[in-house]
Amino acid sequence: MSSKFVYVTYIRTTAEKLWDALTQPEFTRKYWVETWQDCDWTQGASWKLMIPDGRVGDSGKVLEIDRPRKLVLHWHNQFVPEMKAEGPTRLTYELEQNGDEVKLTVIHESDVTGSKTIDAVSNGWPGLLASLKTLLETGRPLASTTRWPEGM
Amino acid sequence: MDLDAAFRALADSSRRALLDRLYEQNGQTLAQLCEGLDMSRQAVTKHLVILEQANLVVVQWQGREKLHYLNPVPIHEIAERWIRKYERGRLRALADLKKQLEGDDDE
Repeated sequence: MSSKFVYVTYIRTTAEKLWDALTQPEFTRKYWVETWQDCDWTQGASWKLMIPDGRVGDSGKVLEIDRPRKLVLHWHNQFVPEMKAEGPTRLTYELEQNGDEVKLTVIHESDVTGSKTIDAVSNGWPGLLASLKTLLETGRPLASTTRWPEGM
Repeated sequence: MDLDAAFRALADSSRRALLDRLYEQNGQTLAQLCEGLDMSRQAVTKHLVILEQANLVVVQWQGREKLHYLNPVPIHEIAERWIRKYERGRLRALADLKKQLEGDDDE
């Protein structure tokens, strides 16, 4: 059986702003523990999530891109050996504008049963999503996600 | 989406039990969720609808199977808004105590 989680949050913003907040370094550095993504955001482009000290956290490529509705990435952890050994996972963002809110669905899945990668990211995502929501709605992220965790 | 629906949904022990079952194993069908529970299928369905409306459970179709996934994002928002806020003072006091006892040279 595969590993998968599905997270949903509703954010008072526009789909375009939310798309930029998920992909652009000036946004992600604020709420996504100082990381940024190195990618030119075209179909098939290589994708990297960069740790603030310069290491590559995760790498992969853009599998599907339809701004500002859907983005699918190959997501392969690079900095934790046992997660790297599991091979790539798949991350899907779906954005749906409903009035003044956007419904954001985040699906992260792996073909590996009991995947450590999915287990690890499933702990991280709720905090990031809460912080992303707070940043877009109030202009300030949650303090808990503004710094890369020490020693990680 | 406000948190009232999440608080109301969490105020029921049967619904919390369903969330715990999804925490144990995510992505279950209605039939799987009913197994070994002291609740009728209708009651489970009713509770799942309330959990879905509160955004605590998300439904995904896989072929003809309707799978239920735990969505902890509203619970996290509750923790940030209603729990962490009240802990901050105590955490700071502990951090200050640690600093005093261990000296300033470790950071």
